[in-house]
Amino acid sequence: MLTNTPFSPPSASNFAAEYDFVFFLLLGLTIFFSVVVGIAVIFFTVRYRQGSKADRSRPIYEDLRLETTWSVIPLLLGLVMFFLGAKVFVDMKVPPKDAQEIFIIGKQWMWHVQHSNGVRENNTLHVPVGKPVKLTMISQDVIHAFYIPAFRVQMHVVPGRYTSMWFTPTKAGKYHLFCSMYCGTQHSEMGGTVVAMEPKAWANWIANGGESVPPMTLEQAGQKLYNNISCNNCHGADDNLRAPSLYGIWGKQRKLSNGTSVVADETYIRESILRPHNRLSSGYGPTMPIYEGKITEQDIPKLLTYIKAIGTPGGVPASSPTSLDAAALNGTGGTMTPFASNAIQYQENLKKRLDATPTTRRGNPAVNAIAAQEEGRQ
Amino acid sequence: MSSIPIEKGLENSSPHQREQANYLTVDWSLKSWLTTGDHKRIGIMYLISISFFFLLGGISAGLIRYELTSPAGRVLESETYNKIFSAHGILMIFTFLVVAIPAVFGNFLLPLMIGARDLAFPRLNLMSWYLYMIGGTLILGGMINGGVDSGWTFYVPYSSMYANSNIALVIVGIFFGGFSSITTGINFIVTTHKMRAPGMTWFRLPLFVWAMYATSVVIILGTPVVAITLLLIVFERVFQLPIFSPELGGDPVLFQHLFWFYSHPAVYIMILPAFGIQSELIANFARKRIFGYHFVAFSTLAIAGLGFLVWGHHMFISSQSMYQGIVFSLISFLVAVPSAVKIFNWTATLYKGNIRLTSPMIYALSFIGLFTVGGLTGLFLGSLGTNVHLTNTYFIVAHFHYVMVGGSLTAFLGALHYWWPKMTGRLYSESLAKWNAVLVFVGFNLTFFPQFVMGWMGMPRRYHYYYFAPEYQPYHLMSTAGASVLALGLIIPGFYLLKSLANGPKASANPWGAHGLEWETASPPVTTNFEQTPIVMDEVYDFDPVLEHEQAQARKALEPTGYEGYEPGALAEPKKDESDLGGKS
Repeated sequence: MLTNTPFSPPSASNFAAEYDFVFFLLLGLTIFFSVVVGIAVIFFTVRYRQGSKADRSRPIYEDLRLETTWSVIPLLLGLVMFFLGAKVFVDMKVPPKDAQEIFIIGKQWMWHVQHSNGVRENNTLHVPVGKPVKLTMISQDVIHAFYIPAFRVQMHVVPGRYTSMWFTPTKAGKYHLFCSMYCGTQHSEMGGTVVAMEPKAWANWIANGGESVPPMTLEQAGQKLYNNISCNNCHGADDNLRAPSLYGIWGKQRKLSNGTSVVADETYIRESILRPHNRLSSGYGPTMPIYEGKITEQDIPKLLTYIKAIGTPGGVPASSPTSLDAAALNGTGGTMTPFASNAIQYQENLKKRLDATPTTRRGNPAVNAIAAQEEGRQ
Repeated sequence: MSSIPIEKGLENSSPHQREQANYLTVDWSLKSWLTTGDHKRIGIMYLISISFFFLLGGISAGLIRYELTSPAGRVLESETYNKIFSAHGILMIFTFLVVAIPAVFGNFLLPLMIGARDLAFPRLNLMSWYLYMIGGTLILGGMINGGVDSGWTFYVPYSSMYANSNIALVIVGIFFGGFSSITTGINFIVTTHKMRAPGMTWFRLPLFVWAMYATSVVIILGTPVVAITLLLIVFERVFQLPIFSPELGGDPVLFQHLFWFYSHPAVYIMILPAFGIQSELIANFARKRIFGYHFVAFSTLAIAGLGFLVWGHHMFISSQSMYQGIVFSLISFLVAVPSAVKIFNWTATLYKGNIRLTSPMIYALSFIGLFTVGGLTGLFLGSLGTNVHLTNTYFIVAHFHYVMVGGSLTAFLGALHYWWPKMTGRLYSESLAKWNAVLVFVGFNLTFFPQFVMGWMGMPRRYHYYYFAPEYQPYHLMSTAGASVLALGLIIPGFYLLKSLANGPKASANPWGAHGLEWETASPPVTTNFEQTPIVMDEVYDFDPVLEHEQAQARKALEPTGYEGYEPGALAEPKKDESDLGGKS
């Protein structure tokens, strides 16, 4: 377990470097003085143990020069450290004028975020990399504290007055967001994720009402779903051994294996998705999986629209999927697309939601799962 | 020896004198204990009471550590966990640390050390114990009946408007405990001023007395403030009196100012007595006058004074103004200097000493190491910038445990081992005690060092679950493993100390060959402490290292083996005499 144990928090804001410099300087001082005192104690204890033959003549009991030396040196070092620490603090207290303002409302036991254009989120904060962000915070009930270790920022969130903090994220990624001021029963679960996004992705995200990708047309959503639930594995551009191609079939008469024929319209396609073995195409066995109960009624129109697009002779597949892939790849994720297939993405989203939402212990699958895993390990 | 004792050399006293009733045996009835005015008996009563509360605080610490071994908890609900960590903090601070050294060792030793018969106000002293017991009972009552889940800091408006636990009762308990401290403080100050033996000038006072004096000043200046502040929470909670809660028109940050105005000095109430003990142990086991006596004494006063001006460093991120923060940070750095002076002086005392590595001395040396780390990590929190990331995390937990446990508790254990023969008249097994002192040191570091790393990585304190951040688990596991070792190191002394009461050999008046008036009367002392008021003729810690060395060699040659790690002369009755004297008391 220890091999993967980190020793430092991630450094992902403008303050991290400046902060860590002061921290490690203090750490150096701490180690230096601890080692000096430790070695002196051990050395004297061994050398002047009772019965040792060490020279004890002319002992000194008071020495003004020595006392002054070891008063003044710590004093000077302390003053230097004070100034360095104060400088970081003053920097943290003075936000740049062009900082993007975001409102934070804390309440037992969740964080509510309001962006300037009206986009809201809970327990998640999306911020752009490289742009200063100023959080203006207030609590609805007790005192909380907004703490992002990776950014080295922390500030109390007090009822009845606004407090603020600012930072410029420097590295895209997801970071812990904690409430660090004890606020009651579910204090430890009042937290979530800070998502630092590349500026372009963030601009996209904020412009789309807090979604990672622009809204898709039904056809685009259908195409995504067509690939996601693996229709495309068998139903390719041409007929093959496993399945007929769906290109160009829309509105055409289809021969069935029982000798009759049917028009490939909405009703028939819907039936063929949900209960494909009812009316098999001529020449094919009952090999297609049954999708009844696996996708919802809301998903079927998307598939129908896409199949209609490719099924119309001369029809072209929906626009290139690159925009979707890019959104998926830039590591921003985090929110559901409204057109996503509920059936497919449910598990994924559940996981994400559980990561982000305060939960109670009882009946929470995530907690129970960890508890079970822990018990198994013992 | 430093004085002309009443009867020349009690350690050579006749059997008749040895048979004399001491403060313990003078009357065994329960009534005689509950109505006693004897500072020594009250000290023993305090020792028993605080041990009980310490045990409860320790059990809650164990539960916390066990619960945190899994990111999703083990046995407790969040609500219960919050009550347990609050109980740990409240019991350890208000019923153990603040009280422990002054009420047990201050009570027992202050009059002995200055050559007085008792404290100035014996009945006030007894009253302070009753106040403490009333307070402790109310605190426990509140914890059992509804619990308290606000943490020991009682931050408003959570504690005054939102918590559903029995906060009012616990606060009233703390209020009583506070007045117990105040009466003890007044008693100590008056006693130190008015009851010093002839010749006991201010600069002949043992440094423990200086520490008690400074502590008492802090107690009587600070405690009333927190007592009233906490009572205001009760008023707001019970009568909706608008003071702190913004919903009623109050100011929650005002509470923090008032609370820390006491609670930062309270840190010094807990550590200054430990400094005093530290000076006694180092001087007496290095067998050398403490280096820079005046600097150590005045640094104690400087810490006590400056300690009142740094409370705002608990509030850098609490929305107090930036400029306030800067001033408080600056003064916090200044207060570090007298602490550093003490560390350097203790270390320098070892130079050219005759160091005996007894169990109290091992505690004293580990104190130097642990307090150095605890003090230096305090700079991370006193420095404005670094405070922002580290406050409210396990870093702060580790820091104050290094000061409170590594400092105060270690000193308490050192004092308990050092003065045990004086308090009980019995010797415990030194060799076992030495190993145990090492065990405490190892267990302590194993418990709290990982918490520094964890805090630096951002693990907030007072978290029950961390399943969303399982990267902290290895550190929690290390910490819990260390806590098990530390627990063992705190349980073992209970056994060998109690065993010494049952069948430990009797201690001589001065088993450590130490310097100080308390060692010149019998072990245990008679009720009046001294049969005649001692007259102090020479300086405190008046050892001569060269002479000490020669004398030690000579004693060793005469009597090469002491009893179980003690020096020759620790036993009240030389073994050969045992059959002659026969009588056991």
